[in-house]
Parts: sequence; C-alpha cells; structure tokens
Amino acid sequence: MFYYEKKLQYPVRVSTCNPMLAKFLIEQYGGADGELAAALRYMNQRYTIPDKVIGLLNDIAMEEFSHLEMIATMVYKLTKDATPEMMKAAGLGDHYADHDKALYYHNAAGVPWTATYIQAKGDPIADLYEDIAAEEKARATYQWLIDMSDDPDINDSLRFLREREVVHSLRFREAVEILKEDQGKKKFY
Amino acid sequence: MTKQMPPEYYQCLEEIQAIDFVIVELNLYLNTHPNDLEAIKQFNECSKKSMQLKVEFEKKFGPLMNFGRSYANYPWDLDDTPWPWQV
Amino acid sequence: MFSQFKYWKPFIGPFDPCKPIKVKSYSTPPHLYIGFQPPGMKQFSPKDALMHGTLWPQLYSPYPDPNKGVKKD
Ligand SMILES: [Fe+2]
Repeated sequence: MFYYEKKLQYPVRVSTCNPMLAKFLIEQYGGADGELAAALRYMNQRYTIPDKVIGLLNDIAMEEFSHLEMIATMVYKLTKDATPEMMKAAGLGDHYADHDKALYYHNAAGVPWTATYIQAKGDPIADLYEDIAAEEKARATYQWLIDMSDDPDINDSLRFLREREVVHSLRFREAVEILKEDQGKKKFY
Repeated sequence: MTKQMPPEYYQCLEEIQAIDFVIVELNLYLNTHPNDLEAIKQFNECSKKSMQLKVEFEKKFGPLMNFGRSYANYPWDLDDTPWPWQV
Repeated sequence: MFSQFKYWKPFIGPFDPCKPIKVKSYSTPPHLYIGFQPPGMKQFSPKDALMHGTLWPQLYSPYPDPNKGVKKD
C-alpha cells in the first residue's frame, strides 16, 4: 500500500524559464541512470534480496520516487510558460511535436525509457554491486548537469540530489558488508 | 488560478521538510545499524515532532495525505491545489 | 583526512585542437573512505541537514570543486 504526501522532499525553486535546461534534466527523469530507473530497480530487487537488506532496498526505492517527483517539478517549471518557439530554439521541437509540454520518460536525447536499463540478477552481491554502480553513475550525471546549468536555484536542488546518491551508495556498501558477515558473528553496530 | 500561498506556508513546509529529512536519514542508517539505540530514540523523537508539525500545518493549509492519513474538510479538500510541483 | 577531489595532468599533444585543460579532476566523495559508518557521528541541525542533503557533515561531498582554479602541483 502506498500513501501520497502533498510535499516535495526538498524545496525546489527555479530562477528562470529555461527549456534548454529542462531538456538536459530529463536525463534524470527517463534516462539509464535516472530516478525512475533507480526507483524501479530497487523496488523490484527487494522481493528476492535476503531479508536482512529488504528494508534498505524498500526505503531507498521510496526515496527515489521522491527524487523523481523533484526532477519532474524542475522540468515542469522550466518549461511551464515557454512558447513553442522557445521549445524549438531549445532543441525541444521533437519533444513538442509528440508531447506538447507533457513530461515523458525519455533521456536527454529523446530515447524512451526501457527496462533494459535495470537488472535483477537474483544474486544478492551482483544486485547490490549494480545498485552501488547505479548510485555512482547517478552522482556523475548530477555533476555534469550542475556543470552545464547556470540556474542557481536548480543547482541547489541538484546538489541535494547528488549528495543523496553518496549516502545511498554508502548504505548499499554497508548492505554488502552485512551479507558478507559470517552467520552468528556480529561485528556491526 | 490566482490563489497564492502566504510566506508562512513555505516556512511551515520547510520546517516539515527538514524534520522529515532527518527521519529519512536515520531510517536508512538504522536499516544497516539496527542496534544503535541512540539513533532509534532520535528517530522516534523526530517522528513525534513531525506529526505535531503536520497537525499544525493541516489546520492552516489543509490535508497533506490521502487515503485516510489526514482528516478531510467540507467541502472535500484532499484534491485542492496547490500540488507540490505547482507551488 | 582524505581529499574530496583528485587531480591529474593528462598528456597534451601538439596537435590537440581544443585549448588544453592542463589539470583534470574527479570527485572522490567521503563514502569511499568510510566503509561502514560508525555510530555517534556529529550531526547537522535539521535545517542544515536538509540544505546539505545529509544528516552527517562527514558524509557531505561538495560540488563543484570548491578549489577549482586554485593551482595544484
Ligand atoms: Fe539514489
């Protein structure tokens, strides 16, 4: 069961109408290392991961959905009142032709999201290593987005999201340590 | 839509976002540190604080959650604007 | 104490068409050095935690590099 709470995890502000920036940010909406991929990956792996780390995958999946909502908010605000001419000039003519201002799960180059972005191997170490890699790749994507953006408010939100990837990566690394531990021995806090 | 949210809305919301963020962090941490009693105490204190803040918030600005996690008012206000991506 | 960014000097060829970037860098965030988080780490206030994206100052990773442009040898 899921409940919706009418608030973002972090206050998202946008300084200027900037459809070009929205085009880049879409990478984290429907791209390979984006928030949708992250949320669905963990949400799906949780069924077969050992019980000790189900809770972690479940909670990180939930947080990724909140991040997806933040990215969507940024894209929505950056394009809300943009004219078709502005969309065209920003390289979003192809997007506009198919979707108007609607959001869509594709990456910055317009390639639609696909389940082949995510894996569920059933082997807990393989799955957690994929999760760690996914967090590092998402962190890198946020870095390149910050490098290209000159919107101080957007950058503030992007830095928040980048830092979350650092924390998630640490937790997945801890999960690996927990699964490595010999049964009966207790070394961790 | 000319409805505007007062500055107080943003302040109250941010206060909730801050305390709820501490809860998220502690929650993830406790998933890998289940025996950290201090962190569990802090988690529960923050949860209590969060619930109190939300009761106050909802009195002023309407329900935050759907499906029975918040009380509704007359006329039905669970679907009132603004939504989080609009404010 | 570890450093949050590492620097390296790539080979610069005489026929490189773009203006060479003499020093390149990459981020090495704190989680790479922590392994398993010890209990009782110092915390930010709730407001500062939200602003930094983490409850623990030791997990904070700045970006972009605050020392960008500062000479590194
Ligand atoms: Fe993440």
